[in-house]
Amino acid sequence: MKALIESIVTPLVDHPDDIVVTETEEETKIVYHLSVHQNDVGKVIGKNGRIAKAIRTVVYAAKSDANKRIYLDIM
Amino acid sequence: MREITASGQTVEEAVQSALEQLNTTRDHVKVDIIDEGKKGLLGVFGSKRAVVKVILTKNQIQQAEKYLKEIVNNMQVATEVTTTVEDKHVTFDLSGEKIALVIGKRGQTLNALQYLVHLAINKDGKDFYTVTVDAEGYRVRRKETLESLAIKMADKATRLNKKVALEPMPAYERKVIHSALQDNHHVSTYSDGVEPHRHIVIKP
Repeated sequence: MKALIESIVTPLVDHPDDIVVTETEEETKIVYHLSVHQNDVGKVIGKNGRIAKAIRTVVYAAKSDANKRIYLDIM
Repeated sequence: MREITASGQTVEEAVQSALEQLNTTRDHVKVDIIDEGKKGLLGVFGSKRAVVKVILTKNQIQQAEKYLKEIVNNMQVATEVTTTVEDKHVTFDLSGEKIALVIGKRGQTLNALQYLVHLAINKDGKDFYTVTVDAEGYRVRRKETLESLAIKMADKATRLNKKVALEPMPAYERKVIHSALQDNHHVSTYSDGVEPHRHIVIKP
């Protein structure tokens, strides 16, 4: 899952080295926290969150077999 | 994008030396000639070295295909990607098992993928491409569904003599409906609302 998020985001940003994805598992959900370089924040959110929405759609579609909800948190 | 300036006795030599430094081949670069150089008298007096600027270009289409493949593989879906290029329009066709996962409800995952690939392909390339991501003819099937929906809803509108609002759709799906009902003289169509809730209204 982490690999998926990284592979989606990497080509969209100018500073691929600063992408950090952390995973926090809670009782009913798994939260992935994505943080990028300060100047790249706009590139992963987009106008009206259009890019963020697309990233989330793809990530949620790929949800694994574990019966837990997935959240993607973009800083 | 990386670029480098190199010089040599002739333009050709300068380009060659730049290519060696960039460790690439002629197909992957764009060459700007800054100075053609002069032979000079007897090759000694007044000779000027040729200077070129060589810019390393990425093959946008190949990059995008790689990007798309990586995403679907990371989604744990085994798929084949077929790429067709028509002028400035690139179509990626996905096929394989579990393709439904890639399409998503009403194609929302497919549309998200298409948008992401569109961003990646046009990020720092010199050419602008439009992108279609398709999965086993989904777009064609969807088009047929939309057209029959359009006809059905237009009938409903004329029968009830009332406006009929459809559910929100992305721009090109609305376009399909608009053009399907363009020749229908009993109804007119327009779009209402703001993206992403923009939807079609059929008016008798």
